[in-house]
Amino acid sequence: MSSRLINWFKFSSPVAFYPLAGRLGAWSGWIAAILIVVGLYMSFFVAPTDYKQGEGYRIIYVHVPAAWMSMFIYVVMAGWAGMGLVFNTRLSSMMASALAPTGALFAFLSLWTGAFWGKPMWGAWWVWDARLTSALILFFLYLGFMALQASIDEPRRADRAGAILALVGVVNVPIIYYSVQWWNTLHQGATIKMGGGASMDPVMLWTMLIMTFGFWAYAIAVAMIRVQAIILERERNTTWVTELVKAGGKA
Amino acid sequence: MLEIFFTVLRRDLLLVIRRRSDLFTTLVFFVITVSLFPLGIGPEMDTLRLIAPGVVWVAALLASMLALERLFAADFADGTLEQLLLTPQPLSLLVLGKILAHWMVTGLPLVLMAPILGLQYDLSAEALGMLMLTLLLGTPALSLIGAIGAALTLGLRGGGVLVALLVLPLFVPVLIFGAGAVEATVSGLGAEGHLSLLGAMLVLALLLGPLASAMALRVSME
Repeated sequence: MSSRLINWFKFSSPVAFYPLAGRLGAWSGWIAAILIVVGLYMSFFVAPTDYKQGEGYRIIYVHVPAAWMSMFIYVVMAGWAGMGLVFNTRLSSMMASALAPTGALFAFLSLWTGAFWGKPMWGAWWVWDARLTSALILFFLYLGFMALQASIDEPRRADRAGAILALVGVVNVPIIYYSVQWWNTLHQGATIKMGGGASMDPVMLWTMLIMTFGFWAYAIAVAMIRVQAIILERERNTTWVTELVKAGGKA
Repeated sequence: MLEIFFTVLRRDLLLVIRRRSDLFTTLVFFVITVSLFPLGIGPEMDTLRLIAPGVVWVAALLASMLALERLFAADFADGTLEQLLLTPQPLSLLVLGKILAHWMVTGLPLVLMAPILGLQYDLSAEALGMLMLTLLLGTPALSLIGAIGAALTLGLRGGGVLVALLVLPLFVPVLIFGAGAVEATVSGLGAEGHLSLLGAMLVLALLLGPLASAMALRVSME
């Protein structure tokens, strides 16, 4: 393996990437299932009860990884979109389109679980906290990206327009984040801060990491399946797709 | 090279002067929206004074967003935009000229109208001045950022609503510091920090907005 040079550019072609995406998707799907089951078991039964927040805190094992993933996926998506714009590689843009719904899902999940966490902890479903507000705006950015791509019929224009929007968004995300944070400190006194500098129990940290990697694997699995669907849809007029269908869908 | 910038600016302004009704629709929308809030909230002056900066700013933001559709639409419809894209001069400069003309027609009237609306909300003279200053810094930034959205959605079905979805989240920082500066003045905190950041955003938008809009126009027109 080490002596053989892998030609990475080979996989920038949708034909070559299609079977690889299938394999990657299946593997990541299994890894995701195992990690999430283990992570959920640990977060419900193994991790100790928080001395301040009681049992209600356990939702952060879903909430925090989801919030991390929603931010991370936006950057990855913008990276793929930018690559598609610069190098004009079709597959990069397809990856960006495949990642967007997953990112939006995680952003929504983090908002939803945040509301469930906020009700017992803060006494309100929604607080105009800096983090909540910037997560909401991130969710809006995802929706804008998907709406723009959905309303353009021609795939090439959809890819490039989406790429410009994603890049503009990625420049704006830090500005939005800091402005929201500053706005928040100006308007209301210090809200309850999580953690407060106290170190985390190692079991808690491990659970959180397992859940994060589980979500990560899930994101890869779903993105790969979605990119396969996008490839098939866009290449439906080519011979290799016709042959694939004749062969019963096995690549 | 600057000649093309002034040519485009002069042309766009001339077009608007020939059809003056365009000039007023945005302004009237702004005035009506701001005047609706007291009807919804109630006439207590203390409450109104408190919400005035936010209301005027949100209304200005929506007004300039609604005006965005007209930025490229007419030129797109009659094919002028295609010709503009073919000129040897840098497209971003051309776009900047169009945005400036558009702002002078839709943004500047809002800035000039704002103090009168502020009076409806019983703002002090100092706050009114600050409101005008923040709008003067902020509305050009809104036009510059919005131009990207207008260029991306050119000729798409449901373009108007789509522009809102694309552009409004990007307007958030401008809104925060624009309304924040007025609020800081009202509460006597001083607004220098807000103004500096608003200015910084305007400079950044001035730098990147025309480039991104030009790129978006090329994508939309190919």
